[in-house]
Amino acid sequence: MTLLVVQALNGVQLGLLLFLIAAGLTLVFGVMDFINLAHGVQYMLGAYLGVAFAGLTGSFWLGLLLASVVAGVTGIALERLVFRHLYGRSHLDQVLATFGVILTLNEAVRVLWGTAPLQMPMPDALSGSFQLMEGLRYPVYRVALIVAGLLVAVGLAWAVNCTRAGMLIRAGASNAAMVSALGVDIGRLFTLVFGIGAMLAGFAGVMAAPLVSVEPSMGDNLLILAFVVIVIGGVGAIRGAFVAALMVGLVDTLGRTMVTDAFKAALGASAAARVGPAVASMLIYLVMAAVLAIRPAGLFPAARDA
Amino acid sequence: MNRLVPLLAFAALAAVPFIPFGREGGYVLLLVSRVMVFALAAISLDLLLGGGGMVSFGHAAYLAIGAYAVAILDANDVSEAWAVLAAALGAAALFAAGTGAVALRTRGVNFIMITLAFAQMVYFAAGSLAAYGGDDGYSLIARTELFGWPVLKGRGFYATAFVLLLAGYLLCRMLVASRFGRVLRAIRQNRQRVQAMGFNPFTVQLTAMVIAGMLCAVAGVLLANLSEFASPAYATWQRSGDLLIMVILGGAGSLHGALLGAAFVVLLEEALGRLTEHWRLIFGPLLVLSVLYFRGGLAGIGAKRD
Repeated sequence: MTLLVVQALNGVQLGLLLFLIAAGLTLVFGVMDFINLAHGVQYMLGAYLGVAFAGLTGSFWLGLLLASVVAGVTGIALERLVFRHLYGRSHLDQVLATFGVILTLNEAVRVLWGTAPLQMPMPDALSGSFQLMEGLRYPVYRVALIVAGLLVAVGLAWAVNCTRAGMLIRAGASNAAMVSALGVDIGRLFTLVFGIGAMLAGFAGVMAAPLVSVEPSMGDNLLILAFVVIVIGGVGAIRGAFVAALMVGLVDTLGRTMVTDAFKAALGASAAARVGPAVASMLIYLVMAAVLAIRPAGLFPAARDA
Repeated sequence: MNRLVPLLAFAALAAVPFIPFGREGGYVLLLVSRVMVFALAAISLDLLLGGGGMVSFGHAAYLAIGAYAVAILDANDVSEAWAVLAAALGAAALFAAGTGAVALRTRGVNFIMITLAFAQMVYFAAGSLAAYGGDDGYSLIARTELFGWPVLKGRGFYATAFVLLLAGYLLCRMLVASRFGRVLRAIRQNRQRVQAMGFNPFTVQLTAMVIAGMLCAVAGVLLANLSEFASPAYATWQRSGDLLIMVILGGAGSLHGALLGAAFVVLLEEALGRLTEHWRLIFGPLLVLSVLYFRGGLAGIGAKRD
């Protein structure tokens, strides 16, 4: 039971992390109709920048702030230099060009920081653990991550639903040409959306850094998960991304313990140890295939005028 | 142009074993063999992409299926070509039919992502085959033989790969020119009209996926023999991305473009890899630039624009 609670909390935490990344991805996709494979790189870059800035300034918080800002600026620079020219091109061209950006930036990080994984020290205020219930201690930092994720989710929902910029973003997602015809500088709107997305991914990278090893490939793995999230949630929908992110986080984390346990009961311990992890890794893809088989447009597809 | 380029390309491939490269001879044969293996995989992907407009981001799964057919039979002391081919083709056809039936319910970006998800499942499944090396991969005991005759050793490999590539190319060319190919292209342009004319788009597209998957599995069989190794890494999404790059750089839809693209990518990787270990730092920007400024691909050079 205690294990289940811990796993559920870890699942929520992974889900919120995924949401931070998927939110930017789904906004960019919804508004610009642009598939950005390089979004995972922003997350990875955020983690590296966080380590670098935290080392320079000696403070986790300054590192978090600086890294998020620089990640956002990098995203805007990439948008101006490369991605802007790919709007309106086929999805295939976008996939290839952003794949090229991944190769370049991953390799650049290898050149700058080396291939060995880096460690990010946890901030003192949030290290340690506390008593969650009888016989169960839970790390403070993971709770902080959950809280931060929820705050960002609420903030984003408010920004998209209640501000003028958010209104334009929603309008852009349903019909970009019309928004542009009504006198909105659509180019600036796109840059804004891109910058926000990149900053959120960078922020997620710094927040995740103390819990994982910081290495060049860390973005690739999360990118695929984030795509699973936005496809399940319905492309372009923030609410869908939120629900799907929690779903994927929980399925993945709980699946890893429960599937192995289930196989242990059915097949015996040694066979379960072999088959369990593989099936658990596949679980979210099975969920995705099942969702798409029943609802080909995802759970909450954004309303879109052709 | 459409006849001359492929004719020249295949003539060049046929001539390579007879050119005296001196001490480098073995290395050149190996490198060009690798080109041919990936060319076969890329041509099969072009059948889907150029022919049917189906952007499969999981085609590398079939490379792994072919390779593991070799590995699993090898571990059970079977290296007879007919048995290996039957297993590889059967497994690929089953996988393509099963996953295709689900994937074809979706369109656009969701199709890209669901094919990616299925390839990820193959990747994790291959990693879980503890009896066949698990994540580390499996080293072959013996190469595949035809009636006990070592057709895939030394120059024999080159000759076999050449024949299979030529046969695969001619088969795809025939398919594209046939009524089946015309219907496939028509679905891409106007699905409803094809339906109104009494064809079932789903069946036609699924058939194309099965054929392309089986062809790519043959490339997988060759790849496993070439490196005497089968690994889950054959099914990574980066590998699927590589195949897409080959097809697009070569020029989607022309089939021989996939051949040129495969040659270009494999040889460029090799050349840059000799230059610096950080060759991706050059390859990545090249890829971005080629997508931005070099539409139509290699096969489009000199060809009339329609």
